[in-house]
Amino acid sequence: MSVHLSRAEEEGLDGKFGDSISIAYKLLLSIGKATDAERLIPVDWVHLSGVNYNTIGDAGANFLTKYSEEARFSVQTTINPMGYDSHKKNNLSSKFKKKQGEIIKAYGNMGSVPSFSCTPYELFQLPERGHNVSFAESNAAVMANSVFDLHTNKESALSALASAVTGKAPYSDLRISNIRDPKIKIKIDTDLESELDYGLLGYFAGKAVNESCVSFGPYVRNIDMYKTKSLAAALGTSGACGMFSNKEIDAEAISFGKEEAKSIMDELHSNESGDVIALGSPQLGSYELELISNMIGDKKFSKKCMIFCARPIYEKACKSGIAQKLESAGANIICDACTCLSPLLTKDEYDGVITNSIKAAHYLNKSNKVSVCLSSIKSILKEYAK
Amino acid sequence: MQSEDGLNFSLRCKVIVGGSASGRILITKQPINFLSSVDHLTGMITDNNHELFGKSLKNSLLVFPYAVGSSVGAYSIFALKSNGVSPSGIICTSKTDITTASGCAIANIPLLEIPKDQDIDKIKNYSKATIDGSSGTLEIKKV
Repeated sequence: MSVHLSRAEEEGLDGKFGDSISIAYKLLLSIGKATDAERLIPVDWVHLSGVNYNTIGDAGANFLTKYSEEARFSVQTTINPMGYDSHKKNNLSSKFKKKQGEIIKAYGNMGSVPSFSCTPYELFQLPERGHNVSFAESNAAVMANSVFDLHTNKESALSALASAVTGKAPYSDLRISNIRDPKIKIKIDTDLESELDYGLLGYFAGKAVNESCVSFGPYVRNIDMYKTKSLAAALGTSGACGMFSNKEIDAEAISFGKEEAKSIMDELHSNESGDVIALGSPQLGSYELELISNMIGDKKFSKKCMIFCARPIYEKACKSGIAQKLESAGANIICDACTCLSPLLTKDEYDGVITNSIKAAHYLNKSNKVSVCLSSIKSILKEYAK
Repeated sequence: MQSEDGLNFSLRCKVIVGGSASGRILITKQPINFLSSVDHLTGMITDNNHELFGKSLKNSLLVFPYAVGSSVGAYSIFALKSNGVSPSGIICTSKTDITTASGCAIANIPLLEIPKDQDIDKIKNYSKATIDGSSGTLEIKKV
């Protein structure tokens, strides 16, 4: 099956509107072939990954600098976190800051909103339910599909870039309604209490399932935002699955019990403690900041603590006094960046990182090569807030 | 469709990104997270939970099911190519994912998909193979 392009799309592919648009259509066409799309459809909003220099490196930075000379975004385009908080001091090299600056400039030239957040769904007005968006950040794609009924595939940084330039995406996979009906389910044979438990479930499901949508049944109904984000981020990290559902279906079931949860802990819990607490992967929202500030009360962190959130969330927390409360407990609240793949968390500086995020644990272990102590927020505060 | 002439055999595949390539087969049944499991400067698989741990992607024909995890994996594929350590061609054995398709498209790495009805158990590591991206043929020399 081949992808049918309109006349204007064909002309775009052939270079009539410039190289950048031609490259974007070439990308969309390859993705369309891979996912058996019949045509392209418009998207209302694009969210890009590939902003942190730590993740895309020189090859990505150089590509973006060149691409941005001509390319311009045609729909609202928000972007993922970068490497650090430019309002705060850090020990990063001047090379890192220079390359990070080039990336930010390239995205800015193309017309992105400087959101520096992996939780755009908490910061911007959402399109109506059922509308198509193109979200590259994996937790945001899973959240969009599963919680907000915005339709997106689990986009790549480059597929979303192509959609930002053209305003289009291949009509395939999770953009098609019957694919959004789960055909496989995870049967939960253990108690799920903390946000960490939901993260373990998500990470397990991502590995176990290669369908695009999975059902967890009633276990994911009415769970709070911390648990939902933890589940979505972990699912997006370990697998190719881009959506979960609470529909009860009569289908093949894979069991998630104590043993399965333990196998994930065995893989990612690589240290019994650590010298820094890192919270926020995905970045924390107002709900989680308030929860943590209520839990900590008058106590103080006994270890260095970094809390990552989007800048508008931080500003809101400053107005309500929650930020000051967390800071007086010893937390360093960092905006525009995220625990996941942060250059601020290196093995040269830290022997171990304490976190409740499965997604952070994956990348800290495997990319940053820093060992991780995985623990729920309740246990972290019990142990390290005195 | 599959043809065999004694020592060699070929598989007819779907072409996602065209072009020709040759190299030695590097095959795995495990998905790959190109961001967290591969060193972009050396092309080595650095995830000790992966069955290709310690192997190099450089100049290989990588046969694997699909990419998982980070959406930035597409840039990782591009970085491997820019650094001269990418596979010379990639073959997906399951449904080709968006990360692999877009990464290969931007990096000009030929990408094929083996249809589900083809027998992939015959493909062995380190066999010499070529991709013909115009006809969609993967030719493998038995070792």
